[in-house]
This record gives sequence, structure tokens and C-alpha cells, in this order.
Amino acid sequence: MILAALIVVPLVAAVAVAAGAPARLTSLAAAALNAVLAAAAVLAFKSAEAGHQLTTTLFTVLPSPELKLSLGVDGLALVMVILTALVTLGAVLASPAAVARGSLRLYYACVLLIAAGAMGAFASTDLFFFYAFHELALIPTFIMIGMYGSGDRRSAAWKITIYLGLGSLVLLAGLATLFLKLGGTTFNIPALTAAAATANVDAGTQSWIFLTLVVGFGVLISLFPFHSWAPSAYACAPTPVAMLHAGVLKKFGLYGLLKIALPLLPLGSQSPWVLNLLLFALLGNILWIGFVTIAQRELDLMLGHSSVMHMGYVFLGIASHHVAGLNGAVLLMFAHGLSIALLFFLNGKIRAGAGTTHFDRFGGLAKQAPRLGLMFGLATFASIGLPGFANFSGELLVFFGAFKNVAAQGAVWLPLATILALWGVVMSAVYGLRAFRSIFMGQPTANAATVPDLTAADLATALLFVVPLLLLGFFPNLLLHLVRPALAALTGQP
Amino acid sequence: MPAYYLEIAIVLLGLGLLLADAFATTLDRRRLGYIGLAGVAGVFAALVFGVNCQASEPLWGFYATDTAALFYKGLALVCTFFVLVLALEYAPVLESYRDGKPGQRGLGEFLCLPLFLCAGLMWMASMTDLLGLFVTLETVTITFYVVVAYMRRNAGSLEAGVKYLILGALSTGFLIYGLAWLFGLTGQTNLAAIKDVLADWQGDTTPLLFTMALLMVGLAFKVGAVPFQFWIPDVYQGAPTPITAFLSVGSKSAGFIVLIRLLEPLLASPIRGAVLLMLAVLAGATLLVGNLAALTQNNFKRLLAYSSIAHAGFLLVALAAGRPAGGVTPEGVVALYLGTYLVMTLLAFAVLVIVRKAGGSDEIAAFDGLAKRSPFLALALVLAMASLAGVPLTAGFFGKFFSIVLVAGTGQWVLLGLAVFGAACGFYYYFKVIRSMYWNEPAKDAPPLVFSTLTGAAIIFLGAAVVILGVYPKPLTGLLAP
Repeated sequence: MILAALIVVPLVAAVAVAAGAPARLTSLAAAALNAVLAAAAVLAFKSAEAGHQLTTTLFTVLPSPELKLSLGVDGLALVMVILTALVTLGAVLASPAAVARGSLRLYYACVLLIAAGAMGAFASTDLFFFYAFHELALIPTFIMIGMYGSGDRRSAAWKITIYLGLGSLVLLAGLATLFLKLGGTTFNIPALTAAAATANVDAGTQSWIFLTLVVGFGVLISLFPFHSWAPSAYACAPTPVAMLHAGVLKKFGLYGLLKIALPLLPLGSQSPWVLNLLLFALLGNILWIGFVTIAQRELDLMLGHSSVMHMGYVFLGIASHHVAGLNGAVLLMFAHGLSIALLFFLNGKIRAGAGTTHFDRFGGLAKQAPRLGLMFGLATFASIGLPGFANFSGELLVFFGAFKNVAAQGAVWLPLATILALWGVVMSAVYGLRAFRSIFMGQPTANAATVPDLTAADLATALLFVVPLLLLGFFPNLLLHLVRPALAALTGQP
Repeated sequence: MPAYYLEIAIVLLGLGLLLADAFATTLDRRRLGYIGLAGVAGVFAALVFGVNCQASEPLWGFYATDTAALFYKGLALVCTFFVLVLALEYAPVLESYRDGKPGQRGLGEFLCLPLFLCAGLMWMASMTDLLGLFVTLETVTITFYVVVAYMRRNAGSLEAGVKYLILGALSTGFLIYGLAWLFGLTGQTNLAAIKDVLADWQGDTTPLLFTMALLMVGLAFKVGAVPFQFWIPDVYQGAPTPITAFLSVGSKSAGFIVLIRLLEPLLASPIRGAVLLMLAVLAGATLLVGNLAALTQNNFKRLLAYSSIAHAGFLLVALAAGRPAGGVTPEGVVALYLGTYLVMTLLAFAVLVIVRKAGGSDEIAAFDGLAKRSPFLALALVLAMASLAGVPLTAGFFGKFFSIVLVAGTGQWVLLGLAVFGAACGFYYYFKVIRSMYWNEPAKDAPPLVFSTLTGAAIIFLGAAVVILGVYPKPLTGLLAP
């Protein structure tokens, strides 16, 4: 029931807001309620047990093939649910009290729909609804970026919509083929996982299906070379949409790889040529996009590119097929979700005050807005991967796991890729610190005066993200003990 | 109660309304529409609750009442119901393009003709005989010729009618020639008997291939498959909007039920591989042309025409699969797709009728700022566009989803790629309308949008159906399982 409530609450709130309820109040209530429900789910979850818990089946859509709206969480899904609830609360807190054009009700209704879609995607144990809920976010995103965004918002909105639409259709083709190869009788994910062990699909077919899923999910995760929609979309999007997309929806693709592609395609996910392609792509994310990020002169575009870049590390963790690498990937997903949401939140504050985020127009903002500077500094260091923040723990596990090279002995260039990926840490330090110095340090400029410092409410919102990042940086096991059984099952397979 | 009472009831209703139109000169013609609506609703209720489809023996081998026939009868009735609602809403536009005294400009007849169309479609769904199929197909087509050209003072409507007549007559010629060949080869007109003869066919299959080609020309015209789709954009754009809706939904459903019935014997014969290959080629070409051509459209009605070609492509993809996969059959998927297609297309046309009536234009630009002018209509159209594009959790997704499942089951990767590409194109041209409604400001002199309570109720019903069928397609899944 908790899971059903987690999805229904934002949906009902969206309808209520559209029908005329006070927009900000209703949305805040819904997001706060969701956070409480997520906490309740964590308390009700028994981390020692493998398999899905808190399961409910709301109704049956089709008896054959078996298609039900069934919900349930294992450790991995629970981590994603917590992330979604936290970022939703942050996004609603970051939403404005008034908008310059269009209606405020539409704004909040769209934010809530995106949140509901993300929550539904993570809580589903049915392949059909896993896919379907994620698509719920498509039209609200299109409307939000096109109407309420900034900069070149129209072309950014088209890019994200068509790219994500195409990517999800490629994904659909892959999922449909996978469904048929595993018997074509059920869409239930646990049942499919069990069927995958006995289905004896040959390695060649598995490799091709895995490649299709990597491309399909990859577009959603902005894997190189399918990434070009992401930076401009995040830069032009209104702050809550950027927070939800970069923080949560991007992780949907990674979650899909961990939950569906790896377990259901044990041979395909280890095939050398697909893994080599994936390594090439993720190095493209880390190195190529890393350099592009360094070249950015505007904060919002820089953050957009950096979020694309960091996905490379998570891919490395997934490609490692090592239990440390996978645990690191999940921790990094969670940590990156929080840190990038915080960064976009602060970016929104700067842009709202000054109307621009170009580095040349700023300087010495920390004097005038010390709290903003402190929070931005913390967020930047988290994003760079400074020890003490959860991102570091995640990246460390990923690097250790990948360097071990347990996947498909010899034919895969994992150790080399890991060494190259380490440079990404240096690059993120370069652009992160350069951004901080350009905006917050040095001589104050005219723009610095127009950006107000964080209010107490804003500070609380920022702490909502910083505190978990610090906590998990020092005690990563708080999160990892939830996912360990699920990921152990994954790597136990040949 | 035998199923053919339903068609008889509809025909009698139509005749009664026609007589009333002819002789009751001072009657408000809209009343005829309301009586028609009540009659259609009553017949639909009789269909759902009254008809026993198990036991009845086909009438002299002509008329069957299997589950598919009853489903398509239901589709025809629902479609006619909503077309009558749209026709009542569209009445002022219709009457402005006809001569005569006010109130005597042919609205009455316009409200009766859909009933005859409905009867023809219902008969067609049940026909299991070559001659029966042809006669009912012609009943429907000729009635369509009349209603497409109904707005006499509108050049577009007349042009559409002439184009439809000439091209339709040509394709009918091919169809009847193919039917004649089929009869000549098998000596039977009953489809079940033909199937038996063809299943045991020995020797040269060239005559069979020739017959198939002739039949496909005629049928591809009806469903709007490439390369016989040229009539669709002009006829859809020129016809009165409620009739465009009927063409888009009703005529397409009729085309597909006839296609399924006529292809059944051919698929049981030795040329099965050739038939499936032909369907696959048609499907691929239709997906390409329909979707690519829709990308550049600025007229909403023409956009819907090209989109209907694209949807025909998806339906053909499902049929080209040829065998069940993942627990669904091609015929079942076609039925599900057409059921959801009905709901979302009629919803889109309902909003179009209202906007056209207010502003006088079918262009996409006429929808600018609709979100501000009427949030209700904007939301309805968003649901319709999302569903047509195939966004999950709306009705339109199931059809595309199961078509993709079917084609993935056969391993035809090129066709699968084209289906994916086609669906992605849809995200652009359907969302163009959403962009226009939400991102653009309304025109300064935008007229107020007025619509009757009946139309509003119809829009609410259709919108709810789009959302509910998106998660609960149970009413439409009766034919799915093999």
C-alpha cells in the first residue's frame, strides 16, 4: 500500500492543482507526504531478505500475456524511491511562487506528474508499467521546457522530446524482443528473471538484445554519442524540471540496466564486443564530454554537460560486473542524483537573481551571498568526488571493481578504461573549482549584487541534499546494506 | 435475438428519419439528430446485452456472427454515435455551404446518411461471402461519395467528392476483378469454402498471385496503404469534418475487416509467404510515407489524414507478422488498435470541429494559445495527441506496443526499425499541435469557443476513455487471445 500511495499522492495532487487547489501548498503537502511515505517504506523494508518486498497488485490488465499493475521494491528500487522522494521535495521547494508567463497551476501540475511518473517507474515490478510510467514524464517535460524555460527553450524542448521519444521506442523494441525470447507469457519482472535462468537464449541473440537495450537506455541516460539532447535541455529547463530530470529520470535508464538488462541477459551482458562498445562510449562520456565541460563558460550549460560526464562512471561500474563496481554504481547514482539536483537548485537561484549564469559576469559572490557560496562549494566538492561525500565512496568502489576485470577475461579492456576514466576526476576538479572561483571568489561585479543570499527556507532545501551526501560519505553502508542482497544475486550468475 | 435485427433496426431508423426530413417541413432538423442518437444507442445496448452469438447458423452461408463480427458492429455503432454528435455541432458550418431557406439546407439528410453508413458497416462486418462483402462495401463507399461532397458551395468538398469517386471507382474495378478471379479459380463464393479449396491447391500458383495482387490493389486503397494512399489527404481535407472522422475511423475499420476476411483463405493457401511479404512491404512503405509526409503539414485536418495513413501502416505491420506472438494474435491486435484508434481520433476531431466552427480555419495556427482560451479543450486535445503518438498510459499505446511485439516475434528487423522510426516521427508532428496550444499566444481577435453540452459530454467521455483504456483495455481485448 505504501508504494501505491507513493504514486497516487502526486497524481491526485496534480489533478487537484489543475482543478484549482492552491498550487504551491498542495504540491508541498504532496511532496512532504511522499517523503514521509518513503521513510516509512525504508523502515518497513527488511534488508536481509532478497527479492521484492511491500508488494501489491493493484489490478490485472491482461490475463495472457500476464500484465498486471504490480508494485514492489527490492533494495535497488528502494534506493531509487528514496532518491525520487528527496528530489521531488527539493524540486517543489525550488519551484517559484509566481511565474512570468503561463499559469502557475500548470507549472506545479507538470512537476507533480513528472515526479509521479518517476516514482511509478521505480516501484513497478511489471515490465510494461516500468516502461509506461517513465513515459508519463514526456509531455509535462515538453510543456515545461517550452513554456517556462529560459534561453533557447523551444529548440531544447524539441530536442529532448524527440530524442527521448526515439530512445524509448528503441528500448521498447528491445524489451519486446526480450519478452518474447523469455517465453512471451508474462511481463512480471521477477518471473522474467526466473525464466532467464532456464530459457537458454543463445549468446549471440542475447548480445544483440543487450546492445539494443544499452542503446535504448543509453539515450535516456545520455550515453555518448546519444547525449546531445541533455546539456541544452537541462540548461534551458526551469529549475524543478532540471532537478528531476538530471537527478532522477536519468537514473531510470541506469536502474533499467541493473534491474532488467543485466539479470535477464546474463550471457549478453558479458559479451566482449558489446562491452567494448560500451567502454568506448563511456570513455566518450568521461573524456570527450569532460573536455567539452571544461570549455563551457556558462554555469547552466556546464552543469548540464557535467551531469552527462558523470554518467560515464556509473556505466563503468555496471560494465565491471564486479560486486564492488555495481555497489559503487548504485551509490554513485544516488549521490549524483542529490548533488546535481542541489547544483541545479543553486544555479536556479543565481539565474533568477542575475538573469544570466555566464562566468565572465560574476565574481566575489561569496562576499555578498555567503550561504549560497558555502552550499555551492559543498555541492561542487561533492560532485568532484572529495572524500567525505557519498560521490567519492561511489567512485572509489566503481574504480576498484572495474580494475579487477572479472568480466569476459582478457577480451575486454576494463583496466585500461579504468585508468583513462580516472582522469575524469581531475577534469571535474578543473571545471568545478573554476566555476566556483569565477562566480564566488575574486572581485565583486555588478551582477553579484543582484543575487540575494539563500533564505532560511532555501538553506533548509539545500541541507536536504547536503546532509545525506555527507552522511553517506562517512557511512556508505547505510545505503549499501539495502542493495547488497539484490546486487549479490546479480553477480552470482555466470 | 438474431444479429441481423440490429442492421434492420438501423436501416428502418434511417428511413424513418429520411421520411420525417422529407415531409415534416417545419421540424427542427436537430431533433432528427437526437432521435438518431437515441436509436443508435439503443441498438448498441441491444448488441451488448441481447445478441446471442454462439448458436446462430450463418444465414445461407452469408452472414456470420462470430466475436469479430460483433466487435466490428459495435465499433461501427459507437463511431456513428459520435459522428452524429459532431455533425450536430458542425451544422452551422455545413449549412453555410449549401443553398436553400434557413433550416432547409440539407441538415436532415446529412444526419440520416451516417445511419445508412452504419448499417452498411455492420453488414460488412458479418459478411462471409464474396458477393456480400462487395455489395456492403459498395453500399458504404457510395454513401461516402455522397456525404464527402455534401457541402455543395465549398469547392474543396466537391473536389474531394470527385477525387474519391473516380479513384474509388477505379479501385473497386480492381477489387471486383480480383473477386471474379477468386470465384473463377475456386468455383465458390463462400469464404470458408474458398479457404478449403485453396488449402488443397495443387499446381501453378501464378493465378493465385495474380488474384492476390488485384485484391490488394482494391483493399489497399480502402485502408490507405501506400502506393494507393493519394486520395486520402485531399479527400480528408475537403470533406465535412464529421465525415472525415467517419472516414478515418469507420472506413478504415471496414477496410481492415474486409482485408482480414479476404486474406484468410489466401493465407491458408500455398502463397502464404508471398501474401505476408506483400503485407510487409506495404506496411513498411506506408509507415515511411505516412510519417514523413506528416512532418511538414501545417493544416491540422491534412495532418490527421497523413497520420491516419501512418496508423494504417502500424495495423499492416501487425497483420504482416502473420502469426501469434506473446499471447496475442494479429487479428486481435488489429481489433484492439482500431478500438483505441476510434476513441482518440474522434476526440481529436471533436476539438477540431469546435475550433473550426469558431475560427473558420483548419490550420494548426488556429489552435494557438488554446490552453488560455479553453483549458478544457486543450487538455482534451493533449490527451488525443498523446494517444495518437503512442505515449504509454494512454489508449493509443497498446496498439503500437502489441504491433511491435508481433513483429519482434517474427524477426523482421527492417520492419521493426521502420515501426520505431514511424512512431518517433509521430512525436514531432503530434506535439506540434501541443506546442501551438501551450507555447504560443492566442491571436488578438480569437473568437470565443462555443460548444453544446452534448459535445462537451462527448469530449469528457472520450477523454476519460483515452485515459482509462490506457491502463485498462479490457473492453477491447476480447479478440486478443489466440
